[in-house]
Amino acid sequence: MIPTAFRYRRAGSVAEALALLREGGPGAKLLAGGHSLIPMMKQRLAEPELLIDIGGLLELCGVHAVGDAIEVGATTTHADLAASALLRERAPILAEAAAEIGDAQVRNRGTIGGSLAHADPGADLPAVLIALDAAISITGADGSRTVPAADFFRDILTVDLEDGEILTDVSFRPVRSAAYAKLPQRASRFALAGVAVALEMEDGVCRAARVAVTGAASHAQRLPAVESALVGARLPEGAAAACEGAGDALDFVNADLHGSEEYRRAMVAVMARRAVESAAARG
Amino acid sequence: MTSANAPLLPKLIGERVKRREDPRLIRGLATYVDDLKLPGMLHLAFRRADIAHGVIRRIDVSAAAAMEGVELALTGAELAEHLGPMPIGTPFPAPDHYSVAVDRVRYVGEPVAVVAAADRYLARDAADAIEVEYDELPAVVDPEAAMADGSATLHEGFARNVAVGGYQGGTGVNAETAQAEDDSAMDAAFAEADVVISQCMLNQRLAPNAMEPRGVVARYEAGSDYLTIWSATQNPHILRTLAAGMLGLGEHQVRAIAPEVGGGFGCKINIYGEEYAAAALSRLTGAPVKWIEDRTEAFLATTHGRDILGDVEIAAKRDGTILALRAQLLADIGAYEVLLTALIPTLTGMMMNGVYRIPVVRHELTEVFTNKTPTDAYRGAGRPEGLYFVERAVDMLARELDMDPAELRRRNFIPAAEFPFPTQSGLVYDSGDYEAALDTALAAADWESLKAERDAARAEGRIVGVGMAFYVEVCGLGPSSVVPTGGWEHSGVTIERGGKVTATTGASPHGQGNETTFAQMLADHFSVPIGDIAILHGDTGVVKQGIGTFGSRSQAVGGAALMLAAGRAGDKMKRFAAALMADHEASPDDLVFESGRIQVAGAPEVSRSFAEVADFAYVPVPLPAGLEPGLSEEAFFEPENNTYPFGCHISMVEIDRDTGEPRLLRLIAVDDCGNVINPLIVEGQVHGGLAQGIGQAMFEEVVYDEDGQPLTASFMDYVMPRAADLPAFELERTVTPTPVNPLGAKGVGEAGTIGSSPCVVNAAVDALAPFGVRHVDMPLRPERLWRLIHDRDQNGGQP
Repeated sequence: MIPTAFRYRRAGSVAEALALLREGGPGAKLLAGGHSLIPMMKQRLAEPELLIDIGGLLELCGVHAVGDAIEVGATTTHADLAASALLRERAPILAEAAAEIGDAQVRNRGTIGGSLAHADPGADLPAVLIALDAAISITGADGSRTVPAADFFRDILTVDLEDGEILTDVSFRPVRSAAYAKLPQRASRFALAGVAVALEMEDGVCRAARVAVTGAASHAQRLPAVESALVGARLPEGAAAACEGAGDALDFVNADLHGSEEYRRAMVAVMARRAVESAAARG
Repeated sequence: MTSANAPLLPKLIGERVKRREDPRLIRGLATYVDDLKLPGMLHLAFRRADIAHGVIRRIDVSAAAAMEGVELALTGAELAEHLGPMPIGTPFPAPDHYSVAVDRVRYVGEPVAVVAAADRYLARDAADAIEVEYDELPAVVDPEAAMADGSATLHEGFARNVAVGGYQGGTGVNAETAQAEDDSAMDAAFAEADVVISQCMLNQRLAPNAMEPRGVVARYEAGSDYLTIWSATQNPHILRTLAAGMLGLGEHQVRAIAPEVGGGFGCKINIYGEEYAAAALSRLTGAPVKWIEDRTEAFLATTHGRDILGDVEIAAKRDGTILALRAQLLADIGAYEVLLTALIPTLTGMMMNGVYRIPVVRHELTEVFTNKTPTDAYRGAGRPEGLYFVERAVDMLARELDMDPAELRRRNFIPAAEFPFPTQSGLVYDSGDYEAALDTALAAADWESLKAERDAARAEGRIVGVGMAFYVEVCGLGPSSVVPTGGWEHSGVTIERGGKVTATTGASPHGQGNETTFAQMLADHFSVPIGDIAILHGDTGVVKQGIGTFGSRSQAVGGAALMLAAGRAGDKMKRFAAALMADHEASPDDLVFESGRIQVAGAPEVSRSFAEVADFAYVPVPLPAGLEPGLSEEAFFEPENNTYPFGCHISMVEIDRDTGEPRLLRLIAVDDCGNVINPLIVEGQVHGGLAQGIGQAMFEEVVYDEDGQPLTASFMDYVMPRAADLPAFELERTVTPTPVNPLGAKGVGEAGTIGSSPCVVNAAVDALAPFGVRHVDMPLRPERLWRLIHDRDQNGGQP
């Protein structure tokens, strides 16, 4: 629980953070809430030489309506997401999922950008943002780019983010008929299996669906088979049938003392059904 | 002034007095070991084994020793030149165990080298720079496989890894040899039985997880050959004794101090290698040294608790009469025997009578070494294991007989009229009224309605069960015949000039609230305000003698010693008062303490203030005949027997059909700890105990893989219960005083832990009974429960 020596710099702007990242090279790490990074440093699983603190950057913080989209800055904490009236009104899935993350201490410090960039296999928000079809904005020395959330998560703790780049915000068109259900790992409260669902409903029938899973596999990803099974289904009556076997489509499923592969596959189906039912109940 | 005009002080015993300790704890004003900063202090870090079993082929500390800021780096072999094998407190044979491993490692987390450096970060960096190579040996992980032919062994001289083999107790057993001599009663009971219940159960391994990890500061002063050692320990006097022995000092050369201690739960009874190493390194470096355990080390290197398999059989008549109980117990004690390791499972064996008048009871205990962290006491220490086995088996019997579990228990209780009751297991239960506790619990839970509620929930398709468990435990340890460290406690009471009172106790608290309860008792005894009383503890330089705090003994033994000393001080004070009131021919025997005065009973106009008499005792002119000056008395108290608190817990559990997640809906606890000084503190102890017992039932388990690697070495994987996992506890009490101490108090620190685990599992099994489930091991892992439900669903409703 004793980290190796490191230098610490507080960035005054995104531009300064980028400059510090360039200066620090591969040994530099961004720090926002620190609730994944610092425990790893204490365990000496991460040994960065330079921490660049972007946690205080107001330009990266907040939930804003921009046109018909919602933009969320990278350093917005989970607690702020959970408390956001805008999200509660227009995209309750994100507020609700954030309210279920870890514990109060984690939610008060942990940030959405940190959760996405770190990409713990059991993190909740990656699945939610895939279901919302969010665009993830990234800034680097060569300018800015956006990546669809579904393409951002590549593998365990691996995302489409290069050294020297900063995840600045996420943007999505709000969906009310969306919900997230998770089975928490009882110690860490990360998802053993978590499923996020965003539906387009018309007269009780699903016209379109985006479904994403987290926790069960190496990284958050869509469940295309469930999505197509949902289209045309009357909900919530058809939820169970559409979600049956939802976990079986995954190529790789985690297994540990908290849940075997078989159990997690089964729980993906259970959580998918619950999320679909909750989303459909929103109309 | 006469006392008639003075306000009367209310009596405090039995009142819900708020803990006097809490304001400093809550406001961060308490001093823990890690708050100590001594000039020139060095910091220790230990390099620890990252494999479970292996011979140290090469170890090189030279790179660490050469680092800037590093004062000293020692291998285990080098340290062994200054520290011999560590002492233990049990009569069982034990292998040598060094503070830092000398040539071989036997569990992940065992120290192999130690570094002293200028700060904690440098120390850790230096520990990482030590080069260690091992010749790995096969890891011994499973306690049954450990005893099989061809298993690797941990220690020379302990064939098949057996530390304690075939140790028997109960009916027909020769207590001297611990071997059975007469099987006739057991054979007859099983021959006569209509029903036999047989079940193997695991009482799993747990990590104690005190909020404050261990820590030590040692300062050896070469000029005076004097060691002062501060440690987060439950028993500073035992630390003084053992540290003196390890360092070749006398007890007059060692002062041990337990400053504020943030929880122990049994894991801070043992005196650890890190404590001895800190003392030795202070002597070697000439500087004070500090070591603070980090949480990872707390999971790996602080003793674990429990980990015992019980194969239990009950023979019974169709009418529910239990004829006999026998149990095969197999304890997985980990890699070494530490202070009380081998003793704890023997307590399990002694509890196999439970609360029942079972005429024939026997257990056979075997303890084996494995490549895991050593075990020792954990809240309840042996008794939860025993009561879990008994109460699970009795519940299975009720189900087999289709009898209400309350009724089955009632039929087999030891009747209130039969106390003191000698059990087949060799204990003498002091007092009890089990039916009263059962009736109180049934009423509090509204047992019949609870069962109806369960049935209604089942009709809706929910998976709901109700369960109960009864327990009795051994508390108030002593007497000395059964406690290796000595079973007494010591106290001192000084009435200071000005009439304030300072008391000392050897019962060193770490959450028990003695500063409040002991002060309540003295406030009533001397009839002075509680704010005029200080309770000092945890420092062998201040508290002359003591044993420590474990086995729910603070009140029953420490409190009794306190009142003995208070009685002596008070009696002497009355003699001084009588001398001051000589004009009135007052006899000391006629005097009473009342609201800050000492007065003639029945004649309050004849009195002196408490402070005036105290002042007179220190400047006694003239000195009353037959009195020495001063008011400072002390006492040792040795109980004639243990105390046996008991209680009945009832719970309701629901299991999610889809996920297997269990949820505790209700927990009703009736605990009888005898007379109560402070109900608020008793309830707090019960709450904490319940949380830990429920933690064992539902959440907690230390898990190792087949290579002996721990899989639960952080709170990311070791599941601790959280507030949201627990219902609002419903507490009731019955009061059956003990005759073995003058207070009638039995002790309550461990009670909640003991009843709740079997109670919750019994409820879970009841919930799963429609699926054909007879038993499920702790903890109630969702996947484990889901499989029991799911497998049945897959088989078209058949178990």
